[in-house]
Amino acid sequence: MGTEGLNTIRRLGPWVAAAVLLAFLQFVLPLLPVNAYHVQVLMYVGINIMLTASLNLVNGYMGEFSVGHAGFMAVGAYVSAVVMLWWVPRSLWGALFPVALLAGGVGASLVGLLVAVPSFRTRGDYLAIVTLALNMIVKSAIENIEAVGGPRGLPGIGRLTTPAWVYFWVLATLGVLRHFIYSRFGRGVAAIREDEVAAEILGINTRQVKMQAFLLAAFFAGVAGGLYAHLIQFINPRSFDIIKSTEILVMVYLGGVASLAGSVVGAATYTVLLEALRFLGLWRWVLAPLLLVLLMILRPRGILGYREFRPFIPARERAIQARALVAHAGAGGRGAPVASPASAAGAPSQGSQSAEVEG
Amino acid sequence: MSYLLQQAINALQLGSVYALIALGYSMVYGVLRLINFAHGDIFMVGAFLGFFAAAVMKWPFVVTLLFSMVATAALGVTIERVAYRPLRAAPRVSAVITALGVGLFLEHFTLATVGAQPRQIPRMIPLRFYPLPGDIGFSSTQAVIFGIAIVLMLALDLFVNHTLTGTAMRAISWDMRHLPLMGVPVNRIIALTFAIGSGLAAAGGILVGLAYPIIDPYMGILVGWKAFVAAVVGGIGSVRGAMIGGYILAATEVFVAAFLPSTYRDFVAFSLLLLLLVFRPTGLLGRAWAQKV
Repeated sequence: MGTEGLNTIRRLGPWVAAAVLLAFLQFVLPLLPVNAYHVQVLMYVGINIMLTASLNLVNGYMGEFSVGHAGFMAVGAYVSAVVMLWWVPRSLWGALFPVALLAGGVGASLVGLLVAVPSFRTRGDYLAIVTLALNMIVKSAIENIEAVGGPRGLPGIGRLTTPAWVYFWVLATLGVLRHFIYSRFGRGVAAIREDEVAAEILGINTRQVKMQAFLLAAFFAGVAGGLYAHLIQFINPRSFDIIKSTEILVMVYLGGVASLAGSVVGAATYTVLLEALRFLGLWRWVLAPLLLVLLMILRPRGILGYREFRPFIPARERAIQARALVAHAGAGGRGAPVASPASAAGAPSQGSQSAEVEG
Repeated sequence: MSYLLQQAINALQLGSVYALIALGYSMVYGVLRLINFAHGDIFMVGAFLGFFAAAVMKWPFVVTLLFSMVATAALGVTIERVAYRPLRAAPRVSAVITALGVGLFLEHFTLATVGAQPRQIPRMIPLRFYPLPGDIGFSSTQAVIFGIAIVLMLALDLFVNHTLTGTAMRAISWDMRHLPLMGVPVNRIIALTFAIGSGLAAAGGILVGLAYPIIDPYMGILVGWKAFVAAVVGGIGSVRGAMIGGYILAATEVFVAAFLPSTYRDFVAFSLLLLLLVFRPTGLLGRAWAQKV
């Protein structure tokens, strides 16, 4: 009876904690005399976590090199803003905000399909070109649509993004990605990273997996764009150009590839660092890239590359890895050890795949 | 018809610049498999060094060109030594991100030291207009740009295909691991590749300064990406492909801008690029790298 109660707490505890924090952010935080600037930075961090984690699915877990993530963000931002401004009366803005965000995510996903199809044939550096081109095309297309302000941008968007919404979507992004990464789909993604031809031979439908990965990544980038638009209240095509995409790339590789924890750490470090260096004025942009280069030389895999914190690994997966560890030890332990859960995805050529075989 | 021909001449001018920059991308990619995202910014530094030489030191055109090429080549070698060489054994993407970092650094260092206001490179060549039969013509600037670009590209093509060092360069792109066994000084060849690529980018920067005299610290970003696109269109890693790609991209842009509102230029150019990659995934002259099975 007692252990059962304990298990229930263990199972439901995180959910309750998340709900309490959500309620706090929504209802209590606005009443407190907190620094509005800090709250704003925190929301930037959240949006950047969504962008980083979703791009990490393609670049880190799948090993493709997508460089145009800001394009999806742009689609999400514009679709959600247009939905609200054109079709939703102002009185319903608060209520229909989630719908607009979903619309933005779906819109970005549809554009993501356009990238997925060429990715069946091109790989690596050529895919970089495809995604780069898509980023340029999206930006250029928006610049040519007068109805959304063309190059001048789209003003008058409501400030509907709250800390609670950002928090909710960050949790949703990380939760969904965690679920997918450790599912059958995620094994397929990792197999494509290791060796696409071998994955195909193993019976993985690589086209379908790639398609799903791009859809998923684009969806969360789109939602992040929607949140961004309703936080800044003004968007123009230039906010979503290659420079923005570069920033997201930097956050992914700073935090570390193939790691959700790395995405969180990378996005938070980068965003907060740039804010903290604000006093340097222009020189922070000189210093920050130098730090990045230094970090890459000292830690080429990023801060947490191929490593994961415990909360980002589902309990089921931890059990599988523990069993694999025992099996290896039993077999004389000479094979590649799938060491601790900390090295969940292990070195790129061992961990995730052997976990799959053992599981 | 004469309008078309005139646009073709303009395309040759722009294409020469794209081709010169694309060559650097392609050569570095060929030997290191590294997309050197800092290359566009190296081009920008080349243009600023040209500005320094021409506007501050008041050097003549040829000296300006040589100074900028040599100084930028030194910069390229330094970057390779400091930022890329320590990462040669690391995962490939770390080097790519380092390149992004180096690019950002160059942009903002230039911004912080010379300021954000655009600078104007003084006219180094007297402007003349040479008419051709059929209502068209070309300017002295266009002639110089095209001439210098062609000379540099021919020299490079000869160098890569007909000298021992050039052979070593191509050999590195084939198999870097076993090459030291043949007595090839791999590090020196790679440094030389960066020197040549950066020098060509600087030449591109000076030539851009001739045609469109306004330069600013961010000018390298878009041109750099476009040169990368040109390199890919031609087949990245292929020297001749990069030249062809540069001219194709420029022709697309110029002709789109000639017949559609110029805001559609990037849209159409990049859509065509996507289509091309769907049908020829490795570019026009590119070869597919062997897939491990």
